[in-house]
Amino acid sequence: MNADNATDSVYDGLVDQEDAHWAFGTGFHEPLAGVDRAVPDVDRADLTAYCLMLGDDALVLSQRLAEWCSRAPELEEDVALANIALDLLGQARLLLTRAGEVEGAGRDEDALAYLRDEREFRNVHLAEIECGPFAGGDFATTIARLLVFSSWKLAQYSRLRGSADPVLAAVAAKGLKELAYHRDHAAQWTVRLGDGTEESHRRMRAGLHRVWPFLDELFTAHPVELRLPGVAVDPAGLRSEVEDVLAEVCRAAGLELPDAAPAARVAGKAGRDGVHTEAMGYLLAEMQHLHRSLPGAKW
Amino acid sequence: MSSSWPLWEVFVRGKRGLNHVHVGSLHAPDAEMALRNARDVYTRRNEGVSIWVVPAEAITASSPDEKDPFFQPSGDKVYRHPTFYAIPEDVPHL
Repeated sequence: MNADNATDSVYDGLVDQEDAHWAFGTGFHEPLAGVDRAVPDVDRADLTAYCLMLGDDALVLSQRLAEWCSRAPELEEDVALANIALDLLGQARLLLTRAGEVEGAGRDEDALAYLRDEREFRNVHLAEIECGPFAGGDFATTIARLLVFSSWKLAQYSRLRGSADPVLAAVAAKGLKELAYHRDHAAQWTVRLGDGTEESHRRMRAGLHRVWPFLDELFTAHPVELRLPGVAVDPAGLRSEVEDVLAEVCRAAGLELPDAAPAARVAGKAGRDGVHTEAMGYLLAEMQHLHRSLPGAKW
Repeated sequence: MSSSWPLWEVFVRGKRGLNHVHVGSLHAPDAEMALRNARDVYTRRNEGVSIWVVPAEAITASSPDEKDPFFQPSGDKVYRHPTFYAIPEDVPHL
């Protein structure tokens, strides 16, 4: 944009405001402004744990997607995956803040994200497994994971909107619009790759097979979820809706639904219990090491 | 891969803008993905409420070499501006 027609720039609207940090503050609003922060009359430890489950799902997948920065097949896709990662990070911040608030032990979002150990994380395995760009797969595998995750989250959040916890309801209402785009992005790519070349079809098929064993955990209720009727969503009730969506996308993509056995649980336990796959420790090491080396570091 | 994806020009209308303004270009295999890529690359900081994408090859541009014959003749024709009319006071927005 040269100086002659600078007044025509759409970016003008960003700089003519008082906020000097235009990149971060241009008509943005506090995501939960005006939301009642009263804690519903339920067991606080259970509600804290539930907020951590939701927050950790978003935080851990955000970290995984961020690994694609500078490694996506196209610059445009690089930005798209980073945007999705940042949407999820935004959800994670609100949910972890709520977890700390309900817990009442003085832990803020940073303390919960950076200073908990692996066994205290309650995300599902689907969020943490490696699906590329390094081990565990490629771009198609990451798309397969994003398709399953966002379809499941969309179903979960659409019910969570009616939660008796006003903060969870507000986070879900805000997150729905973001997740709808994530699912759309993943579905678009699933169809393109599945219905593309022989090679892209093979990779998309392999990607679905990689993530399918982790589907079952998404619909397995944890006792905490069952102890919070009206506040938490029972994941068992999401299965048919999510499976219908996945079947429809796969049909459009010319892909067969994988027929994979569920990943094994450890003595009946999985991510919601703090029992994780071997990939989780490495993920946390990378995500947490700066904060643990330089506590409270900011930049 | 990029070399095989065509170039698209992106136009965004800002929240308070009346018209779409050119903001840049990107690569995409087709119009649908160009629109999505434009959303991700050019509106991620709350810049816009509407996007157009146009295949770059569909744009015919004037050449810098023709700048003088194209534009200079209009530079000294002040009589082409309707500034010699008396404007009645009760005509607003003129």
